[in-house]
Amino acid sequence: MPHINLSNDFPGIRSLFVYRPETAAPLNALVQAMLHNPHPSLSAGERELIATYTSNLNTCFYCTNIHGAIAKHQLGNDAEIVKQVLANPDTAPVSNKLKALLKIAAKVQSGGKNVTDADVEFARSEGATDLDIHDTVLIAAAFCMYNRYVDGLATWQPNNGELYDKMGEQRAREGYLTPPKKVSEMELTGI
Amino acid sequence: MAHIQLDNDLPGIRGLMAYRPEIAEPLNLLAETLLRNDNNTLTRGERELIGTYVSYLNDCFFCQNVHGALAGHYMQCDIGEIENIKQDFRSAEISPKMKTLLSIAESVQKGGKQVTSAQIEATKAEGATDIEIHDTVLIAASFCMFNRYVDGLGTWAPQDKQFYVERAPRRAEEGYQSSVYK
Repeated sequence: MPHINLSNDFPGIRSLFVYRPETAAPLNALVQAMLHNPHPSLSAGERELIATYTSNLNTCFYCTNIHGAIAKHQLGNDAEIVKQVLANPDTAPVSNKLKALLKIAAKVQSGGKNVTDADVEFARSEGATDLDIHDTVLIAAAFCMYNRYVDGLATWQPNNGELYDKMGEQRAREGYLTPPKKVSEMELTGI
Repeated sequence: MAHIQLDNDLPGIRGLMAYRPEIAEPLNLLAETLLRNDNNTLTRGERELIGTYVSYLNDCFFCQNVHGALAGHYMQCDIGEIENIKQDFRSAEISPKMKTLLSIAESVQKGGKQVTSAQIEATKAEGATDIEIHDTVLIAASFCMFNRYVDGLGTWAPQDKQFYVERAPRRAEEGYQSSVYK
């Protein structure tokens, strides 16, 4: 049960967005700018993988599952890439550049000061631009916020893969700024 | 020296905001809404203190000094008192409610799941509302972002703490959205 009375039955961060629209606006604008808007050198799928990976390091069930589902839909419906990145980025079928960026994301998750010059140099040697490095640090940092927000208020995080897949499909297609569907109206087949 | 070429000499998060204005806009709106908007039952000083304390726990020099100076400005106390609160808020002269909120912020800094129902109950017993608990968790969480952003890219920060104290009144007046590049 959530720590505060949210008076709605949306899951995860969506319940907090409905509860407090004033803070939902900048939080949604931020995630839209970081993950969904066009980017010159990181695909939406790659950026979602950074978010999913960081959320998993923070053991945030809701964020890992929803961004994992969005990543899957952004990557041509390929669930295997997501699974392998979470299990071990070094052996996952992603570019060497993304592997180097995921190392930076893991450092950020454990604390900003843990990112070293060597980490940054290595990412550059694998083809990362300054913008790629900037955005990786920001995405990892931002998910250290979103994850704590979602877990710190003990939001409802249903254990239902089909639900996350449907929500993820919507976000991959529409971005983050459209209203969420109610769980009761989502026509799930296998609850 | 910052890890990337920012092409400006602004300190801390301001250098990053000038580098990436598309991102600066929602970040500044978030800070303005959480910390400065007056439609809130927590004072600006109380909210800045939560941000300061979390930045201290994350050992982010720039953020704890910017927000510590702002907290001192709003609470009309000198920076030494803010230092004392950071080091030991439990024996500081702040309200019992504020102590329970700082305790929640302390847990959020470690990880969202560290916040316990007992802490929430203790906070409510001291008169905190659901919205105040919500905002405390979100302020603490957001500084776990801001601090990592500032330190993760190796930005520079003025080392003279007086610099931050002198700058605080203008920041308090102008707010977060209008003072990014100054």
